Amino acid sequence: MSNGRLLAIVITVATVALIVVGTLRPIPSAIDMAGSRTNLLRPPSSPQAAVEILAAEIGRRAWERAYSSLVNKSEFTELEFVRDLTGTYPSLRMYATLDSFDVRPLHSSSEEAQVQLKMRWSSVVGVFLDTRNLRVLRTGNCWEVMWPIVKEPRVPPQVIPVTYLRWDVIHRGPEDDWGSQDVEAPHVRIVDMHPVDRSGGVVIMGELLNEDVVPAYVTVKATLLAKNGSAIATEDTFDKIAHILLPKQVTPFLIAFQNVELSQVDNIHMEPTASLVAASADPVIGIEDQHLNPVPGASLSGKLVNHSGQVVNVAHVLGTFYDKNGQLVWVADQYVDRALLPQTPVPFVMSLPADIARSVNAQRAIATTFGSGRFQ
Amino acid sequence: MKSRLTFLLGGLALAAMPLALAQPGGLRLPKTLEAGSALSIQSSGRGPAVLYIVGHGQVLKRKVQLGETTLFSPGDLHSAGRYLAVLVGGPSTEKSEFDVTAAHHPGALSFLAKPSRLPVDLHDGISGVVYVFDAFQNLILATTPVSFQLSGAAGAMQTRTVLTHNGVAWTKMNSAAKEGTAQFVARAGDAMNTRVIQQVPGNPCRLRMSARPSGERLTLETEPVCDCRGNSMPDGTIVSFTETYDGSESTVDVPLKGGVARTDMPAYSGARISVATGVFIGNEIRWRKQR
Repeated sequence: MSNGRLLAIVITVATVALIVVGTLRPIPSAIDMAGSRTNLLRPPSSPQAAVEILAAEIGRRAWERAYSSLVNKSEFTELEFVRDLTGTYPSLRMYATLDSFDVRPLHSSSEEAQVQLKMRWSSVVGVFLDTRNLRVLRTGNCWEVMWPIVKEPRVPPQVIPVTYLRWDVIHRGPEDDWGSQDVEAPHVRIVDMHPVDRSGGVVIMGELLNEDVVPAYVTVKATLLAKNGSAIATEDTFDKIAHILLPKQVTPFLIAFQNVELSQVDNIHMEPTASLVAASADPVIGIEDQHLNPVPGASLSGKLVNHSGQVVNVAHVLGTFYDKNGQLVWVADQYVDRALLPQTPVPFVMSLPADIARSVNAQRAIATTFGSGRFQ
Repeated sequence: MKSRLTFLLGGLALAAMPLALAQPGGLRLPKTLEAGSALSIQSSGRGPAVLYIVGHGQVLKRKVQLGETTLFSPGDLHSAGRYLAVLVGGPSTEKSEFDVTAAHHPGALSFLAKPSRLPVDLHDGISGVVYVFDAFQNLILATTPVSFQLSGAAGAMQTRTVLTHNGVAWTKMNSAAKEGTAQFVARAGDAMNTRVIQQVPGNPCRLRMSARPSGERLTLETEPVCDCRGNSMPDGTIVSFTETYDGSESTVDVPLKGGVARTDMPAYSGARISVATGVFIGNEIRWRKQR
């Protein structure tokens, strides 16, 4: 009985303590969710507070209040402001939510300040960063944000003729005799494979070629085998690969194993699989102005250009990096949060580990795409 | 005591009388017969009985009169295998076994042809396996000649005749040097089966591109891309253009359309442009702006 009473007292005290701590020192995401970050903790009469209020309203999608708080709202409409943040066409950005934000003052005077706003948007494929450098002006006792509007380019109404190339497949039916012929699965081949120890695990990188004349849906599975032949672990590429491979197309792939050391591995069993799927050869995406940016902040940057006539809702860039001997040293990827409009460049930046970046001598990038209402 | 023994022996003799009347004198039937053929079974004795024919996946039951011939029509016994004939007449039972073998005349072929799509000019690249069945889908185990024939618009016709072994015959054929669809026909007796083999171009063997200015950009276009036998690569084959200029690179993967790949890239004087498809690398151009 006394033990039960003691436990009840301990639970009650702990609950009260946690409520007090949570109220006095809330975590940022809780503040954002409550929508009271600035009201509770900051006076609104500073440049930083003005930006924080704006960011909190953006996070709550209170577009009207956010727009009305801007000092330069006469330069653009509320719709243009919303489209600057969420995009006009369906894209990762349109369905993302503001996970958190950071506000960093860059420069300040009595009448004007420069503040950097870093917004971390959460999407189904991870978090992407949107950084804006904002001018904040003093108006009376208040500070108001001047929003650097980026108007999304609009493609003028037009008809773009496309020679539409597409493969459709008819498979054998269940009523066919067992000896009946079916369509042959595409022939694919691993043309390069390189395992490395990385971050307390094993990473297998490689390249896969579709050597057939038909499109293939591909994936690669790897099994690490110990010296006694037993399987240590099995993983597949998940999204670190271009799953739809057109004839003679090459994709990089990356398979990560956690908590395994390469010294434990005696053999690796690679299992590429390919299925025949309906696919389209459009859209064609050009990757222009690719630059390898050195450390610190090593990255591959460039611009995606949609050469076709349709809007691409989601683009995924995969980069293969080689050293001066042509050896594959890293595979990286990056989703692009904005839709790709025809002939309209969209920038991307793909991060590289600093130690890898120092040995990179060449790279090759490919883009895969997804558009609503089509296969690829 | 004596009268009791007499009564017992008399009772046994009376009980044995109907058995002696209805007892079949033996089943007379062939040891083997071909599936689908007619069957007659002769029994002896007198009286009614029931005849059961039990086999794999098939049971027949007939009411018969002992001493008469029981006829089974052609097609009644169609599954190959060992059968058991059981004649039940009153208290007695007569058993006999016989075999039904597949018919000698092929009625259907199961034809496995692999692969259904392969590159041209591949030695022994096409394999054909045939299982020979009679009209009742029994595997014909007797040696049977099977003729394989591969023909198409391109390449000479290839013909092979192979004897089955335990009901199976197989062969290998070469793919033609020219792309196109080939008919792969297997024939045994009157039975025939056809498969379609798609012979497609092999790896690219020649890849050349040219460049011409188009405003602020360059239009790059390949010549028709062919394999080493002169077959045009099919549309949709990916061709990769790479332009390197001043530490910057631009790439685009373009599918062949109408046999050629065409794209636009930035026109930088001094840029190096290369082209590749799969693991085959084509020519390289160093672009100089025309003055």
